[in-house]
Amino acid sequence: MKIFKLLLKNSLRHKLRTFLTILGIAIAVIAFNVLRTVVTAWSVGVEASSANRLITRQAISFIFTLPYAYRDKIAQVQGVEEVTFANWFQGVYIDKNQFFARLAVDPETLFRVYPEYLISEDELATFKKERNSCVIGIDIAKKYDLKIGDVMNIDGDIYPGNWDFVVKGIYHPRDKTTDATQMFFHWTYLDERIKQDMPGRDGEVGWYTIKISDPSKAAAVSEQIDKLFKNSMAETKTETERAFQQGFLQSTSSIITSMNVISFVIIGIIMLVLGNTMIMAARERTREYAVFKTLGFSARHLVGLIMGESLIISAIGGGLGLALTFPIIAAFAEFIPKGWFPIFEIETITIVFSVTAALMIGILASIFPIQKALRTKIVDGFRFVG
Amino acid sequence: MSLIIQIENLSKSYWRDSMEIPVLHNLNLEVERGGFLSLMGPSGSGKTTLLNLIAGIDRPSSGKVIVNDSDISKMGESALAKWRAINIGFVFQFYNLIPVLTAYENVELPLILTKLSRKERKKHVETALSIVGLEDRMHHSPRQLSGGQEQRVAIARAIVADPLILVADEPTGDLDKNSADEILTLMKRLNSEFDKTIIIVTHDPHAARIAKIVHQLDKGELIIK
Repeated sequence: MKIFKLLLKNSLRHKLRTFLTILGIAIAVIAFNVLRTVVTAWSVGVEASSANRLITRQAISFIFTLPYAYRDKIAQVQGVEEVTFANWFQGVYIDKNQFFARLAVDPETLFRVYPEYLISEDELATFKKERNSCVIGIDIAKKYDLKIGDVMNIDGDIYPGNWDFVVKGIYHPRDKTTDATQMFFHWTYLDERIKQDMPGRDGEVGWYTIKISDPSKAAAVSEQIDKLFKNSMAETKTETERAFQQGFLQSTSSIITSMNVISFVIIGIIMLVLGNTMIMAARERTREYAVFKTLGFSARHLVGLIMGESLIISAIGGGLGLALTFPIIAAFAEFIPKGWFPIFEIETITIVFSVTAALMIGILASIFPIQKALRTKIVDGFRFVG
Repeated sequence: MSLIIQIENLSKSYWRDSMEIPVLHNLNLEVERGGFLSLMGPSGSGKTTLLNLIAGIDRPSSGKVIVNDSDISKMGESALAKWRAINIGFVFQFYNLIPVLTAYENVELPLILTKLSRKERKKHVETALSIVGLEDRMHHSPRQLSGGQEQRVAIARAIVADPLILVADEPTGDLDKNSADEILTLMKRLNSEFDKTIIIVTHDPHAARIAKIVHQLDKGELIIK
């Protein structure tokens, strides 16, 4: 017989209790992993942001637009390599639950400023040529089974009316963090129709995205741009893409903080569950530990027996939780509207953290029972009535 | 015959809150190698305490316990644990087998601490179980055995590492007469055939009679018969 066999047999002594403890740990690990994945998915935009891109928006609020005429002025600022722009179109595709970014963009410059959106030259050329065409991300194409030539009918809300777009290109993400759930169409297509239907709202863009040649000069370039429009009707605020994304996140920071706190509270709960199991097990075995000591087992052996059992339970629970995390996260990603979290994948660091936490909890949960077992004298152990 | 146990001026007291409860007073005792000693006496006379001190599972308040030329009262916990593994086989009144292990695995437990190979351990365990007549029950769990059989497994566990001394605390206290006789016969055989030094604590005069020497303890003092 090996000590490991004894550890296994001890772990399975109260099958129901062990099963419930393992289940509790597994559920807690799943909850921890899902929460952490939501938190990381929330901030994926920050991770994906490029160091050499700036965002210029209306200084008062992002919801106000900027004149299209700013484009050429921004392009002349020293250090600016390329300028593109976009309008948030929104609208309803199929029904209100189908959420993904629908943007009016400049087809000429968009894919040069965002090289992480990979599109074939033919598709890009067609997109540039045809005014009512659109390009969609591969994830959107898969979700709605859209192919080149299909028509997307969108019911406008910010820009009222019935809008038809023909899919002429499908882009692929270059990186894991690249958002492949967007739809782009011609800004001019939007602007021309606004000119007819809503005169006075034309010639406006939502924000400018500026590619700069030297990321280390981002602050200086930003300052120069904002200086250009100082005291104008539409003052600007220029910041790095990362700062811009972080600004978005700040509006939901209390939710993210709560999720972070809850995910760590869950770890505490696992520890209490396992700690309780180990304390009960050690208490029931007080006499047995006295027998082991009498037979010549040392403190080191007892530590191994108790900590080993705790580690077996936490490892099985952690392993089970981790194994179930992947299908649950995949199901979760399917269930939530695609555009909410463009990237919804468990990160390696989350896996490492949850496995480490499960093992650490296995060790920590055994400390109190170990102390008690070691402190109890053999003769007191034999007198113990559980 | 040489002495295997020498006890000199041994005293032991327990403390309950701030009250000292003396159990053994200035006790002196010698046991010869291969001896068979029975300790008798009323409850609270200190028999089990004396046995525990000889087996190194309790510490004296004062005095010396010298076993096989080693003063075990001066040993540290770790050294004492090693010493017990080599020198002492302990038989309890309530067997104290590990319920999740089979008879074989229970007997094998003390050998896990040795450097014996798996094959050698198997040989030792089978020999110990055959001595106690339970080779056909080696894969049974304790709950599948009778009280007498459980005690025989406990004896096999006590002798498997071939200790010098076998100590038994009321080994027949929880058994019917037939089972008790079997255990006593077995212990007598271990003493005579295998030359084990045996010390048993018992209330039962019949059990005490199989010993070569019977000592009476009363209020912590030894009355040599």
